[in-house]
Amino acid sequence: MTDKGLGQLGDGLLFGAVIIYALAMLGFAGEQASRKARQSVTAVRASAQVLVGSGGPPVTLPAETVTTFAPSRAGRLALALTGLGWLVHLVSIVTRGFAADRVPWGNMYEFSSCVAFVAVTAFLVLVARRYVERSLGAFVMLPVVLYLGLAATKLYTAAGPLVPALNSYWIKIHVAAAITASGAFLLSGVVAVLYLVRSRYDETAALLSADPRATRRGWLRRRRQRPVRLRFPVTLGAQLPAAPVLDRVSYVVIAFAFPVWTFAVIAGAIWAEAAWGRYWGWDPKETWSFITWVLYAGYLHARATAGWKGRKAAWVAVAAACALVIDYYVVNIFVVGLHSYA
Amino acid sequence: MTAPHTAADTAAASAEQVQLDEATRLSTQPAAPQLRAGLLGPLRFAWRRLTSMRTALLLLFLLALASVPGGFLPQRRLNPLRVQTYLDDHPTLGPLLDRLQLFDVFTSAWFSAVYLLLFISLCGCLLPRTRLHLRALRAQPPAVPRTLARLPASDSWETEDDVLARAEQALRRWRVVRRGSELSAERGYLRETGNLVFHLSLVLLLVGIAIGAFRGFTGTVLVVEGTGFSNTIASFDDIKPGRRFHPSSLVPFNVQLQDFRATYAPDGKALTFDAMVRWGRGQAVTTPYDLRVNHPLAVGGAKTYLIGHGYAPVVRVKDRTGAVVLEQPMPCLPQTPQFLSTCVIKAPDAAPHQLGFRGAFTPTTVTEAGRVGSSYPGLVRPVLTLVGYSGDLGLDGGAPQSVYALDTTSLKAFDNGQAHALRPGQTWQLPGGGSLTYVDTKEWATFQVTQDPGKVLALIAAVGIVAGLMLSLFVRRRRVWVRVVPGTPSTVEVGGLARTDPERFQAEFAGIVARLRERDE
Repeated sequence: MTDKGLGQLGDGLLFGAVIIYALAMLGFAGEQASRKARQSVTAVRASAQVLVGSGGPPVTLPAETVTTFAPSRAGRLALALTGLGWLVHLVSIVTRGFAADRVPWGNMYEFSSCVAFVAVTAFLVLVARRYVERSLGAFVMLPVVLYLGLAATKLYTAAGPLVPALNSYWIKIHVAAAITASGAFLLSGVVAVLYLVRSRYDETAALLSADPRATRRGWLRRRRQRPVRLRFPVTLGAQLPAAPVLDRVSYVVIAFAFPVWTFAVIAGAIWAEAAWGRYWGWDPKETWSFITWVLYAGYLHARATAGWKGRKAAWVAVAAACALVIDYYVVNIFVVGLHSYA
Repeated sequence: MTAPHTAADTAAASAEQVQLDEATRLSTQPAAPQLRAGLLGPLRFAWRRLTSMRTALLLLFLLALASVPGGFLPQRRLNPLRVQTYLDDHPTLGPLLDRLQLFDVFTSAWFSAVYLLLFISLCGCLLPRTRLHLRALRAQPPAVPRTLARLPASDSWETEDDVLARAEQALRRWRVVRRGSELSAERGYLRETGNLVFHLSLVLLLVGIAIGAFRGFTGTVLVVEGTGFSNTIASFDDIKPGRRFHPSSLVPFNVQLQDFRATYAPDGKALTFDAMVRWGRGQAVTTPYDLRVNHPLAVGGAKTYLIGHGYAPVVRVKDRTGAVVLEQPMPCLPQTPQFLSTCVIKAPDAAPHQLGFRGAFTPTTVTEAGRVGSSYPGLVRPVLTLVGYSGDLGLDGGAPQSVYALDTTSLKAFDNGQAHALRPGQTWQLPGGGSLTYVDTKEWATFQVTQDPGKVLALIAAVGIVAGLMLSLFVRRRRVWVRVVPGTPSTVEVGGLARTDPERFQAEFAGIVARLRERDE
């Protein structure tokens, strides 16, 4: 039976979680801003020392040489807020489950909430295990807040019972696995984008420090030489963890999520065999899950292949995350298929 | 001081490099291909190219790219009606896409080419790697490299203790071989085993799919309450046999639909569908079964699924002579989620003219602006709204005709095509004699029978895929070497290497070193 009051409570709690996440995001950003200020001070000092010490022509050290930074109160508060938001988010999901008297992932709204929850969980685990600095939170919480906001406004569905096709214990297994993998994949997609920014930043900074008037080939017009400039969003790279760290985090998360995704697809096939009479039928959802799977398999292979490591592999990870987004949102909303419900 | 490089020096250095390479190779991935002369040279080069990792990677991305149109365009095997609609809507683009097989992506020549090349490349890579891995499984860990300090993890100290004995203790779960005062240890062979199992399972999965495609069978049939079907080619409305399917492989059984029940939420959302059937292997259907979505009936290797349902009003048609020429349920095809359904009734035996009817069935009838509609999928206020015709139904021409379509070219409508609405029990007295009575309402269900002999193999392959993947991603292969250079005190050199997750290995290596040095401090 559906409990309306409880359902509204769950919705309210999710709204609260989004607000807390947004505050945490501000905190992380504040920590980065203070770090940036400190960095520029250090950089000025360093360049001053070089000036004084050598007596030769002025040489400015690139700011990214300063990598360590003192813990800031804003950062600690932001992490605590993320933890609190996570807890509220968890309670909201559990409440939703009780309100609808079933698993709390029966439609796209609930599904999105759970995916964001997994992404935040994965981020907290990574921070706790010291894979990444917590300051990365600013870049993780931003998409989480946007994603949840979009889900709550565009995909909202009141708590209610399931359509018969979904009424199976496989919804617990198949969808739970899909949610876990998706949350992790989306996080890895964000990290891969950050890696691309950081590695572009490193490359640009190195070129500029070697020759301030350096040029490189144009992106679209390969023949044209264009001056190298540090511009937004590449300038964000200065705030990010080192490129190898981001590369590794992206890999660790995908290496965790890929077997889970594989299992989710197989569980889906077993469920499809019971519900629709065939385990695989190239339904649009199945096709896009397959594309996502192939791209992530490609990423794992690319990372072990000479000539594909680094930025190319990261682009594959980004493409795979895009395929995942198409799999959920574009297929459910715009393409007619067996998964077109909710 | 700088020593001049001699040829001997260079040779020694390169020999050491080879030895180091040999010892530090943790993967059985083959080396890059090189073009060699000779008759078989180009062939071998092509083969090596095809089985190289880069080609495989490229084919993998091509496979993803080739699937994309299948994810956006309607596919003929899935929904032929939508393909036709697309072709009608896009008269220029449609046929072009069709010629490129873009409505049959997953059976198209180019998609098949990509995945077949990928699997050939995979097999070409798997066979040598399996051989190498089987050899590695029987082999002992490689000899200690000359300079352990060049490894990613290394340490060295002086001691009087029997470090080698202690190392054998510390590395108990490793494969350890002791050669004189040197010790080599290796762990994590399951990584490559998992990798090979994963890829072999992919090949197995393809075989399972192929068996299903060649020897499998799918048939669908529409059954009204009180009637049934048998699992024979003749009793299905629509069949999709595999290319090497033989009718004798159909599992013999009979199913009768006793009662179909659907329940709906107040807003019309479906809650449950139950087809209460009786089935048996012979003519007698004795065993009751509740056939639901997600709950198919399995008999031998055949599974019966509930895939659709609708209403079948029972009608009695009398012709002008007063004879009953038709008395049976007429399945109507649902058009909307609220089950507004289209119906066609044909009475070819009516005299002197054949009779035909066309119209709509609405389970919960509402009338808006003179048009009937349905506001709820459940049977609350059923109405059968029909237009009647008399004349020639066109059945004798020999051309096959659908039972759900009425050809009105040689028919004349009653009452100038005015529709008549009937509630259960009501009779429409036709102008000029004869009548149609809406007697009762029954429900129908469509069942799909599927036999897929490749399914079990595919499931086994799926288990292998997940298990192999977990091993290949989570097991870490690593080596540790210990050398004791005798003396007073003797010098201990330790080195280690891991291809994956070097950070975690550093911690593990530090732990091993700590255990070896325990009593020294």
